[in-house]
Amino acid sequence: MATVLNIEDLHKTFISGFIPKKRRILKGISFSVTAGEIFGFLGPNGAGKTTTLKCALGLIFPDRGKIEIFGRHHLDARAKRRVGYLPEHPYFYEYLTATEFLDFYGQLFLMDRVERKEKTAALLRQVGLERAVDLPLRKFSRGMLQRVGLAQALINDPALVLLDEPLGGLDPLGRKELRDIIARLKQDGKTVFLCSHILQDIEMICDRVAIVAGGRVVSQGALLDLISEKVLYTEVTLSGLAEEDLIDLGEPVSIRSDRILIKVFQDANVDALLELVRERRGRVHSLVPRTETLEDIFVEMVKQS
Amino acid sequence: MKVTAIAVNTFREGIRDRILYLPFFFALMAVVFSRVLAVLAVGDRVKIIKDVGLASISLFGMLIAVLIGTGLVYKEIDKKTIYTLLAKPIERWQFLLGKFLGLVLTLFVLTAAMALAFLAVILVHTSRVDGRLVLAVVFIFLELVLITAVAMLFSCFSTPILSSVFTLSFYIIGHFSWGLQTLIEKAPPGPARVALRVLYSILPDLENFNYKTDAVYGLKVLPQYYAFSALYGLAYTLFVLALAGLIFKKRDFV
Repeated sequence: MATVLNIEDLHKTFISGFIPKKRRILKGISFSVTAGEIFGFLGPNGAGKTTTLKCALGLIFPDRGKIEIFGRHHLDARAKRRVGYLPEHPYFYEYLTATEFLDFYGQLFLMDRVERKEKTAALLRQVGLERAVDLPLRKFSRGMLQRVGLAQALINDPALVLLDEPLGGLDPLGRKELRDIIARLKQDGKTVFLCSHILQDIEMICDRVAIVAGGRVVSQGALLDLISEKVLYTEVTLSGLAEEDLIDLGEPVSIRSDRILIKVFQDANVDALLELVRERRGRVHSLVPRTETLEDIFVEMVKQS
Repeated sequence: MKVTAIAVNTFREGIRDRILYLPFFFALMAVVFSRVLAVLAVGDRVKIIKDVGLASISLFGMLIAVLIGTGLVYKEIDKKTIYTLLAKPIERWQFLLGKFLGLVLTLFVLTAAMALAFLAVILVHTSRVDGRLVLAVVFIFLELVLITAVAMLFSCFSTPILSSVFTLSFYIIGHFSWGLQTLIEKAPPGPARVALRVLYSILPDLENFNYKTDAVYGLKVLPQYYAFSALYGLAYTLFVLALAGLIFKKRDFV
């Protein structure tokens, strides 16, 4: 598959304050995004995610490194024409209506009046804002702003969509709807680059991820390769047994009335535990094998870095 | 086309921004009530109406120029609307030029409205409008365009409050720098005179745009003076815009 976004050895240091103080934010970020995938760019706050994204968009000038979009220099207008971008906490011209706003952005891509009108109506339908076309943006809720923000990112029918924390601050329903829209973008053949620290969302929709911490990419690859399917432990909730009976088999986590939640680390011990429950005429309420999650990898990687 | 789109959007923002109507309303009030002042004052009533009217357009126009010049560009950066704009295939200079032209258009509409009210009051009193009054307003407008460019330059790297202070300082210095000319004439030839000359060349001389007294007293002004003032305004504005463009080009939007 063709490389859509390629970043190599990106460095950026900010100097701020009355007495100049240096802050090294990016210390050699390298990764690449291939066509047609949803790529998750993960990291804790302050890791350098947004700075990397802003460097790719030409909002920040890196000190060193190479950024290519569709094989061209990232500031080349031909590359920018094929990119859409939704910033974190989008805030747009509040005195404009949603239609005026999208029409204005369409003009920046030199679209004619008819094309802008059609595109604006279609996009507002796509993001579920067809009822708010004439509402000024200052009356929009957070979720609606996020949607209109996504609509402006898609105004030029981009092949690469860069989204910075698109699901942050949304309610569960809003998050699900936006996740669905992002998944549809992939079905339409677009490449999506997603910056986030909400692991659950990344895990649900991304094909590949890069984990960034302390200004460096500490791990990257296909999500399925990163997360092993090996069972780490099994969580068993049972009743009718005393806590002392279980100590040799696992690690009791909590006891509520007569229910005990226990972590069992070996398959043999799970069998033994089930045998014991049957002997003592106890009861198993749930049995959940826990495999490695993105969160486990993320925490481990961030700690290591 | 891209520059026009940004200019039209800026104009729309300027016109829909209610805060601008405050100085605009005060200016209209001042123009209309200059007639009341004329009744109370001793001397030629029409001259007082002209004097107060032109001064009001100049003063309130300057306040509007500082407000929009320092506010609208900073707001784009502060509210981060600039992020999505610059992520599109537009150059930074196109953004800045579009913003400037939009501000100038806003200023033009507001100044024209104030001028129309002023000229209407004059017409009621004298049954005719002196072309010199119109020219005086045109040069007030040119001065306001320069003030807007300066306000924009400061707002490229500073907060609205600091930018306003800097721009007002520019305005005050600009109206008193002509005093340096007298000083240059009186200074003995040598390094002091050269230093004063350099200082005078760098500092703005906004009195170049002041044709208010000539218009009020009906004094004859040679066309070359008007031509020099227009050229001075154009050159200074372009210089300030180029400087703003250079700063803006290198800026990181963190």
